[in-house]
Amino acid sequence: MDSALIPKGVKRCPIGQFAVFIAVVGAVLLWGVVAMFLCYIKGLNQTNMNNAYGFALWIWADLAVIALGGGAFFTGLLRYIIGKDELKNIINYAVLIGFVCYSSALLILAIDVGQPLRAWFIFWHANVHSMLTEVAFCLTCYFGVLTIEYIPLILENRQLDKVPFCHHLSHNMHGIMAVFAATGAFLSFFHQGSLGGVTGVLFGRPFGYRTGIGIWPWTFFLYTWSAAACGPCFTIFITRITEAATRKKLVKDNVIDLLAKIAGWMLLTYIVAKIIDTWYWAAVTAPSMGLTLMDFYSNNPGSAYGLWILIAEVGICGVLPAIMLVSGSVRRSPALLFIAVTLAVIGACLNRWVMVLQTQAVPVLSFESWFTYFPSWQEIATTILPVAYGVILIALSYRYLPIFPQEQELNPIEGGK
Amino acid sequence: MDQPNNKRFGMVIDLDKCTGCGACMVACMAENNVPFREDDTDKLLSIAWMRVYRLKNGKSFPQAEECFLPRPCQHCEGHHGHSPCVSVCPATATDYDMQTGIVSQVPTRCFGCRYCMAACPYHVRQFNWWDPVWPDGMERSLNPDVSVRMRGIVEKCSFCYHRYQRALDKAYAEGRRDLKEHEYQTACTQACPAGAITFGDLNNPAHAVHKLAQPDMAHEGQSRNPKAFRLLERLGTNTKIYYLSSKEWVRKAGDTAVQKA
Repeated sequence: MDSALIPKGVKRCPIGQFAVFIAVVGAVLLWGVVAMFLCYIKGLNQTNMNNAYGFALWIWADLAVIALGGGAFFTGLLRYIIGKDELKNIINYAVLIGFVCYSSALLILAIDVGQPLRAWFIFWHANVHSMLTEVAFCLTCYFGVLTIEYIPLILENRQLDKVPFCHHLSHNMHGIMAVFAATGAFLSFFHQGSLGGVTGVLFGRPFGYRTGIGIWPWTFFLYTWSAAACGPCFTIFITRITEAATRKKLVKDNVIDLLAKIAGWMLLTYIVAKIIDTWYWAAVTAPSMGLTLMDFYSNNPGSAYGLWILIAEVGICGVLPAIMLVSGSVRRSPALLFIAVTLAVIGACLNRWVMVLQTQAVPVLSFESWFTYFPSWQEIATTILPVAYGVILIALSYRYLPIFPQEQELNPIEGGK
Repeated sequence: MDQPNNKRFGMVIDLDKCTGCGACMVACMAENNVPFREDDTDKLLSIAWMRVYRLKNGKSFPQAEECFLPRPCQHCEGHHGHSPCVSVCPATATDYDMQTGIVSQVPTRCFGCRYCMAACPYHVRQFNWWDPVWPDGMERSLNPDVSVRMRGIVEKCSFCYHRYQRALDKAYAEGRRDLKEHEYQTACTQACPAGAITFGDLNNPAHAVHKLAQPDMAHEGQSRNPKAFRLLERLGTNTKIYYLSSKEWVRKAGDTAVQKA
């Protein structure tokens, strides 16, 4: 029925099967939309946040998806600026994943603010000293860049490409894509960093606070670095899931290997910097604020994890995947590579989780105790909503757009159109 | 910038005198149209610009002691007005006024991102999770000088700034350019039956608050009074609420380090 829209030389599942898939994911999306409207109509009392937990699941989700969406800017930087030409075979998908991540972050932010109709105040009444202002400006600009990077892909749809204007526009946009890749990398360095600065500048919150250079806390640099390391891991992670779902090989091994290798070295250097940062914070910064490392990891109610969360983040989901990814033999094993990128993705998410939620949980006044929080179903549904949206957009893009340049070569169709 | 005639309004709260009666909280709520709900038992969801904490020394009878600690906004000055919450607000909905030392909050500017709440270690910033619902007839008793807030924004203690404006208006009408100490007092100060709260200009040596706090301006307002302390002083928040206590364990409770004891 929709065969005229499907790229030439590739095979897609029957439209009925595709429709059922979209309907199932669409139901999840609808659940999230209902929760979103509940938040808009009734207010943020629909959440389990409170006056001690003003930042919670949504802010974590924002920070996490932006870190994971970092694959777009870093792959773009490697492809267009540094000249790693092989990555042209995965850049489309990295851009698409980045587009999904950033649009999701903007959507969640739009739900998260108490007065969404005033959200434009952040631009109009901007406080240039606020990390969040920088995040808002850079994030919006970069989303524009990602949209510009995604448009030529849409124009390459078989039917749209027949329109001369679309064909030429797409062609010309591809020609100047290096400019947008450079702009995207520039913007990403700042907003990824500013997201790190969000908790890093909180000198009233010893758990999140970090010293640094000038106005930039160390977390500013660590966040950019970890996004550049874990973003490509997420791109590989989603590519592998897409390959499993479509039961096809979509990207050649040498492309994945190159991206994984670069991500591995980025992760290894990042985790060394993260360990130094953690040590300096535990040995110097926190004691200067009257606290020791174990004050942050002891007696937290409702969780017996204690220091394990730090070990999980830095060790199991940091050092381990970094060592795995720099090893050629690990990268050559699909299973081990998948484990490594999965751990790296979890590590980035865990880092953002800790920096947002644990910062809120730790009591600072000596006569207060730990604050606990568990998200409401509305928060969970609205956090899953962008995941469902992402799955649908990826499914539609995969079906109708030539996302993977190597798909045809890797999956030849006998006598195919 | 900091001018020699600038004021630094602040407070001294004598914890030896505080009985924990809560009159300051009630006066504050009435004065500032602070919303409340029918069931306000969850204190993490309710709003109180002034909150009275109950501190215990952790010992058993007969050494057991307790102390009540009223906690308004600490009006942090930080380093040169760099208070924890002001610098983070993305929409400039809160400001540090160098002329008064008051940290303001503009409810109509706030869009509810709650970054300031995450920044404030004192939890003085609270969110309107619901729209205010006043019991029948109560609208008529609301303070016309203080705008009521709507759902989805943050609010906090303003040192009853409207009283300052009202007092200034009166003084200007009388041809004066300065206020007498008694002309600008916060609602909680006036309501305290034990006289535990003293309010005034910390920069003015004639004011009682200056005499009690004895701020050393060369060291970011650190008190020279051995009985005085400020909450979380070592974080560099440079607050303008000084607490007095004759008990060492109470003075220690103001510091983060006590958790290790």
